[in-house]
Amino acid sequence: MDYTDKIRETARKLLEEKTVDFIIGFKKGTLPMMTEPVLIRDPKDTDQLYWGSFCNINLANYLPKREERIGVIAKGCDSRNMAVHIVENQIKREQLHIIGIPCTGMVDRRRIAAFLDGKEAREVLESDGDIMVKGEGFEHTLKKSDYLQDNCIRCMHRNPVIYDVLAGDLVEERKDPDPFEDVEEVEAKGPEEKWKFFSSLIENCIRCYACRNACPLCYCPTCFVDESDPQWVGKSNDPTDTMTFHLLRAYHCAGRCTDCGACEQACPMDIKVRSFTRKLNKDVLNLYECEAGLSIEERPPLDTYRPDDYDKFIK
Amino acid sequence: MPDNPYLPYPVRIEQIITETEDRNLKTFKLVFLHKEDEEQFSYIPGQFCELSIAGKGEIPIGIASSPTEQGFLLFTVNKTGVVTRYLHIMKEGDIIGVRGPLGNWYPWEEMEGKNVVVIGGGFAFTTLRSSIVYMLHPDNRSRFKDITVVYGARSPGLLLYREELSDWEKRDDINVHITVDATDDPDWPYNIGFVPTVTEQKITTSENSYALVCGPPIMIKFTQPVLEKVGFTPEQIIMSLEMRMKCGIGICGRCNIGDQYVCKDGPVFSLARLNELPPEY
Amino acid sequence: MSDKIIKKEHFPEFLKSLKESYEVFVPVRDGEFYAFKPLTDEKNVGLNFLNTRLSPKSSLFPQSERMFEYTLDEESEDGHIVKESSKDHPATAIVGIRPCDAKALRLVNVNFDTQQFRDPWWAKRLEAMTFIGLGCGDPCATCFCTSVECGPFHEEGLDVLLFDLGDEYLARSITEKGAQLLDAAGVTEDAKGNTKKRADELKAKAEQKISSHVPTGKLKEKKVLDLFEAPFWDDVAFACINCGTCTFLCPTCWCFDIQDEVHRSDGDRIRNWDSCMFPLFTLHASGHNPRSEKVQRVRQRFMHKLKYYVDKYNNGVACVGCGRCVKHCPVNIDIREVFKLMNEL
Repeated sequence: MDYTDKIRETARKLLEEKTVDFIIGFKKGTLPMMTEPVLIRDPKDTDQLYWGSFCNINLANYLPKREERIGVIAKGCDSRNMAVHIVENQIKREQLHIIGIPCTGMVDRRRIAAFLDGKEAREVLESDGDIMVKGEGFEHTLKKSDYLQDNCIRCMHRNPVIYDVLAGDLVEERKDPDPFEDVEEVEAKGPEEKWKFFSSLIENCIRCYACRNACPLCYCPTCFVDESDPQWVGKSNDPTDTMTFHLLRAYHCAGRCTDCGACEQACPMDIKVRSFTRKLNKDVLNLYECEAGLSIEERPPLDTYRPDDYDKFIK
Repeated sequence: MPDNPYLPYPVRIEQIITETEDRNLKTFKLVFLHKEDEEQFSYIPGQFCELSIAGKGEIPIGIASSPTEQGFLLFTVNKTGVVTRYLHIMKEGDIIGVRGPLGNWYPWEEMEGKNVVVIGGGFAFTTLRSSIVYMLHPDNRSRFKDITVVYGARSPGLLLYREELSDWEKRDDINVHITVDATDDPDWPYNIGFVPTVTEQKITTSENSYALVCGPPIMIKFTQPVLEKVGFTPEQIIMSLEMRMKCGIGICGRCNIGDQYVCKDGPVFSLARLNELPPEY
Repeated sequence: MSDKIIKKEHFPEFLKSLKESYEVFVPVRDGEFYAFKPLTDEKNVGLNFLNTRLSPKSSLFPQSERMFEYTLDEESEDGHIVKESSKDHPATAIVGIRPCDAKALRLVNVNFDTQQFRDPWWAKRLEAMTFIGLGCGDPCATCFCTSVECGPFHEEGLDVLLFDLGDEYLARSITEKGAQLLDAAGVTEDAKGNTKKRADELKAKAEQKISSHVPTGKLKEKKVLDLFEAPFWDDVAFACINCGTCTFLCPTCWCFDIQDEVHRSDGDRIRNWDSCMFPLFTLHASGHNPRSEKVQRVRQRFMHKLKYYVDKYNNGVACVGCGRCVKHCPVNIDIREVFKLMNEL
């Protein structure tokens, strides 16, 4: 499914008719498996817009506190984050003109890199569910569905939940009885094992905060790790401080995370940081029957009280 | 060159003077613990030091004492953050550290034989005090021609060094114009008005002169055109800037304006030099 | 200086004898990427790598380092006095460093070791280290070292340069320090004319293979204020998420923060890598922030690397074309594009 033409056409129209002040979308990257978020004001520039299976940055990240009218591209997870932004007063629904993308998943460039085992991809082309990877002395055709990002494999909301126009036909949602088997694997470990699992998960963390900054939920003017008066968390790469950062950030995202995977895609050290947030997503779903961002009418589960809320932990 | 430029000299707080009536500004008189450190420490008015408080951090503060005052260092510190808040509750006899002298200094060689106009506002007067005491010292006074000072604060209680100011005001080898933005004291003997306004009234010539200007951004913004009207060229207007600093020795990379480090290539810059740099300060 | 031969089958022995006189660091595979680690297993060294994820600058400039220690105990006569933490600086050898990373350390050195001030920890570690570089026979698509006064077999900053000739390495000693290291490790076999020729051919071929180029010739003559006020910064900066990826992976970035950390009555003064990308980097205690906007911070990074450093040190740009920021920026902000924009303004 090639959404690029529809996106360009829609964007051009929105700008020409001045329905929006600018468009936020993707343009083709300077590397084979990368794309770059772009802001376009001039209808003539809409030819830069591009859609493919490597558009994995969550564009909702660029919305909070803006005052203009914005046309923005959103896949299922992105649109849920936009719903969360609306509910949390970071942007108004009227400001957004959402170009919805029914999504069949994003390809994980690291899985392709692992397949190439040290060889560089010089050109990557997509067509009809196939990914053609070319390099010096090799050419492979891979099935896109074999190389999806982990969050896309488990995705339960591929279609946008709010949108103003769709760039293609709605796709069928998955019917996986248990998308949380990865969490259950960790839950089954004993306390010592769990501690070791999480400690070794973040041992390469360099506190670059790419995960936090790529996350649409993290829009606090001053993040708790940056506060110095009082200082909550040390700024060195001390393992305890690093663990504190990841755990606390995950808790700040509880009930709000849509599992878009931008954090994992952003991490320069390839750390699977979703291991922290997935557990909280599972708990919120099971305890409060809530998934983030499915509607702009509902408040997030952790900022509302219902009389029948699960409360067995209060002893 | 010190072996380790990050290591502070230990000093003892010998005296603490609360300068302003809101108690936000205190002058600390510091004495070196080791004689050999004191002997190595030689500075020129305009320079600053990093005051180091173990457990809290370091802060860059202009040296308020003049090198002509032997045996101690003076720093006037505004209470504004983690380190300064702690420093303000320390007591006489407590130990802290001093790293320096750091930065460059006012262009004393260029100012030889010239008239010197000193313009200060609020609590940015510290290195200007250092400069005035230095110039007024009998060994130095003859090197400079007329010295004029315009110094103002929001109210009388917020002026620094009030006793010294009134002493200088009475001298005939220096013209001191003290001013406040406003006061309800009917016996206030000095000027009432913003520093730029008083500057306009009192500074009537730029001939053979240098202006040392130090103050909050708003004061500088309105004083600059006044000086330019009288004929001061950007080369004749000397400013001392502030910036967030950590190492203070031009290594940690954070205090730059263009390719200049405020801690090492500054903090003193002529306006001419500043105009060549990206306006990001 | 001189060219010697190390047969690949003897390389583990070479490393073993190095270990007798030096602490040795080698590239080791760590999951999907490589990192420089202390040598433990001579047979498990990843020299067939492209480059390490993090640059080897952390061997001279660790991410977090204790500078001083102190006690806040009022009873102690040393209370509140900041003291140096004792450190060892044993002779170290880093084997397999790429020429771009080695040159980068020299670019950074002009910052840490100046006429007026010398960073003791950087300087002592640099003195104690011998650099055995491995030339890149097969540069990456993102490498643009030849555009920035560097190259796949550039010698600046190296004591020894290895040429991978298939079944053997040609080991060229570039400095006295390098010659001494090869001696100490028992490398004595001279390279013959034919081998030298193969090495030269490898170098020429590698330089040809570099497919990515950036223009730099006009950066010095451009006026700093023209570049600063250029209209393209908003476009360049839009996608940036202000994380520290580029700065932490970059071999020529050196900014750091100094913090005091206290536990009960003892404390340390430590320094940590910091990034001009972070919003609090330039925040004054008064609340004023000269770079409060993202675009100002993005502009600062590129202006520093491609203009301020050029003007200040007359040492070229603060970039060696290693390509790490290009490969790992989460939003594909490409410094090569910025080179073009700035050079062609």
